[in-house]
Amino acid sequence: MNNSMWTMFLNLSLFSILLGVCGLYCILVTRNLFRILIGLELITKGITLLLIAAGYITGHTATAQALVITLIALEVVVIVVGGGIILSIYWNNKSMDVRNLRHLKG
Amino acid sequence: MLSTFNLMLLIIMVMAAIGTVISRSLLKSAISLALVSAILAVLMFELASPLSGVFELSICTGLITVIFLSTIGLTSPKDAGEQEELTKKRWKRYRYLPVIVTAVALLYFWFIKIPMDFTLPAKEAAGSDVRNVLWNLRQIDLVGQITIILTGAFGVIILFRELTKHE
Repeated sequence: MNNSMWTMFLNLSLFSILLGVCGLYCILVTRNLFRILIGLELITKGITLLLIAAGYITGHTATAQALVITLIALEVVVIVVGGGIILSIYWNNKSMDVRNLRHLKG
Repeated sequence: MLSTFNLMLLIIMVMAAIGTVISRSLLKSAISLALVSAILAVLMFELASPLSGVFELSICTGLITVIFLSTIGLTSPKDAGEQEELTKKRWKRYRYLPVIVTAVALLYFWFIKIPMDFTLPAKEAAGSDVRNVLWNLRQIDLVGQITIILTGAFGVIILFRELTKHE
């Protein structure tokens, strides 16, 4: 791996970390269930960028692409099932606020 | 030229991600998230991964945005007074994000002293065909994908059956 490749990987990994920070902040700060799902999606985007960059600098783009395709399939299922659960919670409680989810408490 | 283009794309992507988090409207958040996905797809094309770029563009930018918008459409917005109260409280919680993102970027450049070079190296990444890898080397991934998709499908069916019963 030459120097310019490593520089490029470090630069791309910075932006991947920034995407992860945005997603993590969203999950930690928000009280809306839907925004938690959006935060999760942002973290996944960061990981996808890191995987693709790693595949590019090592020359194993095909393996990286196979992994990313699997990740995308997983992402869609998580979003669909998560969205369904959030809708179900909304129809039961008339709210998407996590503070109102106290039925299982105690 | 390519260097500036890459840098612009990456900065717009992070700005769209910040917009996704701090945006007041869920609809705007979903659209900003689609923009992040679209830019990521362009970067994938540039990083010699066209197939995953196509998947990202069609599934993440298209399908997931449609799912998000449909879910938002099935919920009703808050009334004006409640919304105004929430907006005031919201800004207090979300104002730190741009500061945190800038601080992380500065710390990264401070600890890891790397030159600001966003030009892609001339080397064309060599590798076997992605179809060959997916069908011959990583078949277990395919089994996993099929299982996950079936789980998702059954999960949604069960959820909607429960909702129909509840109604």
